[in-house]
Amino acid sequence: MTSADNLQAFKREGRIVIVGASLAGLRAAETLREEGFTGSLTMIGDELGEPYDRPPLSKQVLTGWVAADGTTLPRRRDVDAEWLLGVPASGLDLATNHVRLADGRDIPFDRVLISTGVRARPWFVESEAALDGVFVLRTREHAEGLQRALAAGPSRVLVIGAGFTGSEIASICRERGIEVTVAELAPAPLVGALGAMIGDVAADMQRAHGVDLRCGVKVTRLEGDAQGRFCRAHFDDGSTVDADVAVVALGGIRNTEWLRGSGLAAGVWGIACDTGCRALDLNGLVTDDVFAAGDVARCPNPVYEYRLISLEHWANAVEQAEVAAHNMVNGQADRWPHLTLPVFWSIQFGVNIKSVGVPTFADEVIVSQGSVSDHRFVAVYGYRGRVTAAVSFDNAKWLDHYRKLIETAAPFPPPCPTPDQPADTKPVPVDFPGPQLLAQGATVVVTGHDPGERRVTAAQQHHR
Amino acid sequence: MTTTQTTDTLRRILDYSSRPDPYPLYAELRETPVAAQEDGSYVVSTYREIADLLHNPHLSSDVRNLSHPMPTHEGDATPAFINLDPPEHDRLRRMAMRHFGPPHTPGLVAGAEGDLTAIVGTLIDGFAGKEQIDIVDDFAYPFPVSVICHLLGVPREDEPRFHLWVEALVDSIDYNPETDPKEKLENGLQARKDLRRYLGGLLEKRHGRPGDDLLTRMANDDGPDGRMTDEEIVSTANLLLIAGHETTVNLITNGMLTLLRHPQVLRRLREEPDLVVPLVEELLRYEPPVHIIPWRAAYSDITVGDTVIPKGSQIMLMLASGSRDPNRFHEPDRFDPDRRDIQHLGFGSGIHLCFGGPLARLETQIALTALVRHLDGPRLVTDPPPYRRSPILRGPVHLLVEQQAAG
Repeated sequence: MTSADNLQAFKREGRIVIVGASLAGLRAAETLREEGFTGSLTMIGDELGEPYDRPPLSKQVLTGWVAADGTTLPRRRDVDAEWLLGVPASGLDLATNHVRLADGRDIPFDRVLISTGVRARPWFVESEAALDGVFVLRTREHAEGLQRALAAGPSRVLVIGAGFTGSEIASICRERGIEVTVAELAPAPLVGALGAMIGDVAADMQRAHGVDLRCGVKVTRLEGDAQGRFCRAHFDDGSTVDADVAVVALGGIRNTEWLRGSGLAAGVWGIACDTGCRALDLNGLVTDDVFAAGDVARCPNPVYEYRLISLEHWANAVEQAEVAAHNMVNGQADRWPHLTLPVFWSIQFGVNIKSVGVPTFADEVIVSQGSVSDHRFVAVYGYRGRVTAAVSFDNAKWLDHYRKLIETAAPFPPPCPTPDQPADTKPVPVDFPGPQLLAQGATVVVTGHDPGERRVTAAQQHHR
Repeated sequence: MTTTQTTDTLRRILDYSSRPDPYPLYAELRETPVAAQEDGSYVVSTYREIADLLHNPHLSSDVRNLSHPMPTHEGDATPAFINLDPPEHDRLRRMAMRHFGPPHTPGLVAGAEGDLTAIVGTLIDGFAGKEQIDIVDDFAYPFPVSVICHLLGVPREDEPRFHLWVEALVDSIDYNPETDPKEKLENGLQARKDLRRYLGGLLEKRHGRPGDDLLTRMANDDGPDGRMTDEEIVSTANLLLIAGHETTVNLITNGMLTLLRHPQVLRRLREEPDLVVPLVEELLRYEPPVHIIPWRAAYSDITVGDTVIPKGSQIMLMLASGSRDPNRFHEPDRFDPDRRDIQHLGFGSGIHLCFGGPLARLETQIALTALVRHLDGPRLVTDPPPYRRSPILRGPVHLLVEQQAAG
């Protein structure tokens, strides 16, 4: 059975394999059962233990309030699955419909969902990454180790990278009374996700809370002492910082290497799929039996000119999982498109930051409500005269309104005043770091001449 | 429907004779989700439109933004945060919340469970030997009043005094200059002044004194926003006293009434105490204590659905109608404590979401659990029971219940 042509039989006794047993995988499994799938369900995950929630790992777990093993995801219902945990998948054979595990086992399926997520990008020099006191933060083990290192009272922590995770870690350090240096290549924290205006606010917040924030600098070397403990970092401007702990917060790497040779459109940018979460093959043709959800999926969003967007957001993982699972057990006519707007939140330096839409899809930004200097405001993003995103600092309750503005392509800047609109507010350029900071290089090569023979093949990928 | 028709539907909803069952009239109103009224105001009765408006930053809670000010406007008195917009609303609510909920006072409501259970126990002990109980006078009124008095630091023995003021005040909320006698408004305004003076008197004695009650804590706290002025504290205490007084009584009474009308659910609750949590949520949808937000103001032109509401317009939000909207809830007129999709409007939504919601939930959960456990074969004496006047804070004025011979 290739495309589950006999849907009822497939729902009754088909075989579904979910590769990636974290938030998206678990929610997909629950939805499959909710939708009446009674066939066999296999969950494959490289981590041992029950699926757990990751957002608290850089927040409540690092303060010591919640134990690292205390974030197990609540179950919405029984999923009655076979769990193959602790062994990563190493290959996908779409000719015979098997998932290959790293220990050599082959797991057959009729339909497969890929939700393998991302892993932390490690420090680029392996020997330096191996020093005692050098951390990344992605798993509960990472969080537990870092929490212990913070509890030991380090003289200083160095955070490399001022994205959301790095900024949250810096915030926790200050909350715990630990000196912290943050090193960021861009001109300000959060600037890659939210632009220069918010970047300035984030920098202001960090400095007001006593963070030693260094922007526009690159960490070139992590130095260890004779015992192999991290003790000093060197910057490209010649300066150094002495610290006991370094946290490498340089984002994630999508877990797609295992799909090399599978014929899917999978690469460093994720797995391309349609809005129904069906994976595309290398040629960009949609497949019938392979689905993707969560951080690893790269979906088109009609609101943003159908651009393919991959998001490492909690809500996105849940929503894509539900859409993918629904579509896995329903016929073409009943399929759902994944059309929700991206939403994410962060808590740092006592401020709740929340966003709706895609702030990077913008050319201008305006403060529509509140006060930037008080760190309580809503900023609206616009692209060519329409609203495309909004970011709130301690003002999350308004975001539903801005979601509606984005969904209805409302004009930017929003014309009508609100009671808390700041005086003389006007749009400013959004100012994101240039594409050279984001480019990943070619991942495919197109061959052939006639329409019938044009094909895409994967380029050699260079992994740093 | 035409403006004349919706105006007439609203008139019938507000008329006292509709109090026992306004829901069919709400359904009529929902045929026009955003209905212009003959007086230029707007009535919004469908779920999505209400929810949109409650999150719309162009919707103002400040009476000064109405082009035709309300007759009940108090003039110079500092408004409570319920009648203010950001940033003033946010600042005052934040300063009050510091002493009531997380992150600064996280355990207050949960930690009150023992005290609440004890108060409920005492009231239920009072049922002993009675064959007929008034759920309102004997239970649902004294319970939340004791709680809010304790929490605020208002002497319980003063209740007979401020009860009269609160009654007059609530009575005047829906004052209609065309049909109501002028005294109704004047009594309301006088009651507001008296209640403020009373609270101001209590507050004077709290400066520089230690104490855990909200009045004392607000009087002496120097948080990141500085210190509240006495005027601000009086306005806040005034709001909390009225809200803590006039709403939970309806929720508990409506809850008991609903259970008596659904005996299978009552029996289930007796056997499955955990059912009370989703049951109270369903109650907040099905028979909420606050039916209407009587007015909000369009700060600038507001587009809702296909309607543009002009700047300065008065907008009435029919919360209880929204929570019965069939375009939002499956079988909305069925009381179903197992309902999973239950994002009701019982506490409103957006920045003005009910301040005391967590306390009201816990009070009602404890109250209903205790009532069904201790009432022996309860039977409703009159159905429907007599209702209070207000169409806004809607609930029975008495709820007589007979139980089997004392035991």
